[in-house]
Amino acid sequence: MEFFDNHKKLFGTALGLFVGLTIVVAIIPAIENQKNNAPLPNAMPLSAEAFAGKQIFIANGCVACHTQQVRNVEMDKVWGSRPGIAADYAGITRTDFWRNTATLMGTERTGPDLTNIGTRQPSSAWNLLHLYQPRAVVDKSIMPAYPWLFEIKNEVGKGEVEVIVPDAFRKGINGKIVAKKEALNLVAYLQSLKQTPLPDGKMPMDFLYKKEEKAITKTGGSIAKLPDGQQLYTQNCAGCHQPNGEGLKGAFPPLKGSPIVLGNDLEFYVNIIMRGYDARPEYAVMNAVGMDNNLTPEEVTAIINHEKTSWGNNAEKVSVEEVKKIIDFIKQTAKK
Amino acid sequence: MESKNIFSEGGIILTIILILIPVIVASIIVIAKAYATINLYFKRKELEKFNNYIKELTPEEIAKLEQRKRELEFSLSNKELSGETNPVDGKGLIENISPADSIRFVQQKKKGQPRPNIEPELTKLILWYLGCSVFWLLFGTTVGEYLGIKFVAPDADHLSWLSFGRLRPVHTNAVFWGWASLAMIGLAYYVIPRVSNVPIANIKTGYRSLVLINASVIIGSICLMAGINNGGGEYREYIFPVMALFGTGVIISLINFIKTISKRTTREIYVSNWYIISAMMFLLVIALVAYIPNWQNGLGETIVQGYYMHQGVGMWFMLFNLGLMYYFLPQQLNKPIYSYSLGILAFWAQIIFYTLIGTHHFIFSAIPWWLQTVAIVGSVGMVIPVVAGTTNFLLTFKGSWNKLSGSYTLPFYLIGIVFYFTGSLQGTAEAFRFTNLIWHFTDFTVAHSHLTMYGIISFMLWGFIYTIVPRLTGKEPPQITVGAHFWLALIGLLFYTFPLMYGSTLRGLMWIDGKPFIESVQLMFPFWLWRAIGGTLMWFSHILFAYNFYVMVKRKVEIIIPTSAIEILKAKKELENQTTTN
Repeated sequence: MEFFDNHKKLFGTALGLFVGLTIVVAIIPAIENQKNNAPLPNAMPLSAEAFAGKQIFIANGCVACHTQQVRNVEMDKVWGSRPGIAADYAGITRTDFWRNTATLMGTERTGPDLTNIGTRQPSSAWNLLHLYQPRAVVDKSIMPAYPWLFEIKNEVGKGEVEVIVPDAFRKGINGKIVAKKEALNLVAYLQSLKQTPLPDGKMPMDFLYKKEEKAITKTGGSIAKLPDGQQLYTQNCAGCHQPNGEGLKGAFPPLKGSPIVLGNDLEFYVNIIMRGYDARPEYAVMNAVGMDNNLTPEEVTAIINHEKTSWGNNAEKVSVEEVKKIIDFIKQTAKK
Repeated sequence: MESKNIFSEGGIILTIILILIPVIVASIIVIAKAYATINLYFKRKELEKFNNYIKELTPEEIAKLEQRKRELEFSLSNKELSGETNPVDGKGLIENISPADSIRFVQQKKKGQPRPNIEPELTKLILWYLGCSVFWLLFGTTVGEYLGIKFVAPDADHLSWLSFGRLRPVHTNAVFWGWASLAMIGLAYYVIPRVSNVPIANIKTGYRSLVLINASVIIGSICLMAGINNGGGEYREYIFPVMALFGTGVIISLINFIKTISKRTTREIYVSNWYIISAMMFLLVIALVAYIPNWQNGLGETIVQGYYMHQGVGMWFMLFNLGLMYYFLPQQLNKPIYSYSLGILAFWAQIIFYTLIGTHHFIFSAIPWWLQTVAIVGSVGMVIPVVAGTTNFLLTFKGSWNKLSGSYTLPFYLIGIVFYFTGSLQGTAEAFRFTNLIWHFTDFTVAHSHLTMYGIISFMLWGFIYTIVPRLTGKEPPQITVGAHFWLALIGLLFYTFPLMYGSTLRGLMWIDGKPFIESVQLMFPFWLWRAIGGTLMWFSHILFAYNFYVMVKRKVEIIIPTSAIEILKAKKELENQTTTN
């Protein structure tokens, strides 16, 4: 056939077909998306520090292991309260002359998703220590350590932040470990990563592939039907207080033998879980873990009961009803 | 959803079948071997019994047996027809008689074909391309090996230039643009003039292109390690000035090839050239789409990323390699390709379906739902070109399977073709929505990309290189190290991918169950260890490959003691010439 024997016609047709399909399937959708989406009105633009921190995030290739996308499937619910939408990324434009837009959605979740990390783990002390040596806070972590974002000094200067590192991870270091500007910026970026709620507070769409709800019967004793306290503890608390409940010296207090955990002042205890705590200068600030992660009374009860009965702790368990009353009160006062 | 069995899902079933194909083939081999062993055992038993019986034979019986033996041993003298004269090989027909005086540890395979008529300058150019590609293979996979170790020992070093996030793109880009791309273009410099039946238009252009591509990978790797990257999209981590070097390198070689083809002395354009030229044109389109900033804001970047990363592997590496395969496979089997039309069908089907599937990397993301569906449909459509291509290759093999055991190149071809089938269809299975739930974001993707980029592309390229380099230089690699290269690479790949696929499935199910994330990290530890072991075997195989390549191209003149009549006479004449000139 003549067509197949003419290299101009043959290669021209192949190229035309490919370019045509490319325009339809990539370029037009990309331009449409770019044109028809704007950032949510209540979205916070990155601060100067956070923007500088994002550059550190990009330069070190963190996106190789951390996604920033909450898919509309039930299993992604742990990473954000609603599925991600185009508007979430609409504010991200070309980084600079040399570098392309960095939406950093990622394709690998070797480590956790970071869409909402600013809400899930806002503690600056935790983040700095975790960057210096992840295994100091999360024993099983395989994340790289980033010691080059820190320096060793004899004196902590004004406005500088010292990182308290457990002895096991500071062998051969005599001075004080101080966070460089880069580390502080990176933490500022991580803290800025929060899902913006839709202005009307609604969900943009449902999470798909829902799990079948396990029916909770209220009549048959609350303790037996509670969610798994140890799992919730691992997910929400162990990062700082450690799986063995012993905390980290100089950073996070132990729960093993803690008077608050073992004592009877349940209101105080629930308050700390829900709203955070910052009354002890020798330890880092605790964020509002319960509120930030929307923990339900059942979940808080399960966590409390796990803490009261683990690592040699041996205190009496509490009931969901007691905890629910306190949480309802906290939520009411918080609204005012 | 929880109550639903995952084994009732189409994608899962398909994947299991695909995984089972090589497993079943291996099982059949194992069963056959076991059967033979058992048989041997029973035969031995029988022999023992029989030996006891022989001991008890009577003299009469022995006499009878001897009588029969004499009768059976009767034979002609073999000289009834030829008489008593000495045989003469008047036409020089008796050649290649290999004496059995060496231990046959390695089977003697077919020798490479004698050197065809290729310009020495072109030979040199091709060897330079292949040499550079071998270097980048070693470099890239050494980095990859180290990254695999980092999963097991995250505190192996604390240097910013060697940290995981920076090295990962160094590995992927070096093997993509350095190893596979340079090897492909180098081989194209051989194939295109051959099938067009004209010399290459310009050899110098080839060198310019080589320098540009090498410069791109060198500068790119340094940039990435220094923390300068394009913003996180996979395979487009090189910033635009660096990628522009690569693109320019491809453009000038493309023009060179088209010029050669336009001067061809054959009427038709052989199908290899369709694939090769299209791959090069498409790569340029892909790179332009990926690097032009006008449509990259917000999710535009992600849509383009999905398009780019998949067209990169499918339209550049796969298309190019298929083109090379359409030349080398028929040539190695010494027969035409089974069906030219199937090759043409696969070509157009590949363009139509493959172009659509990019966004299947972002299923369930904020990308428009219709675009995700188009990608899934396109992924299913890929069954057509894959089945057409595989069928074509296997039917070309049909009737020549006996050549497989006698060749050191064909096993590479066959494994490449088998993985072309299983690896590509695995991609289809992964694109379904349900399979995305389990496997997306896990190391399953990493396993898949190694099954394809390594199992298909690298195996095919090795086959091609072992085919042509001995022809260009007249030196053959030692067969024992070629065999070791093949088996280490294949076994290493299986050790690498199977545990990762299994572990990732467990990990995905754990995520669906809502287990704490860190428990899913801990779950992967043994599988990551297996990956490092498999990776190490693969890495060793590359060292052997580099050695083989060195043996094939080394300049050292070997001292050959003349053995055949021609050589002896030639040597004698040369010696005599020397003495007369002295």
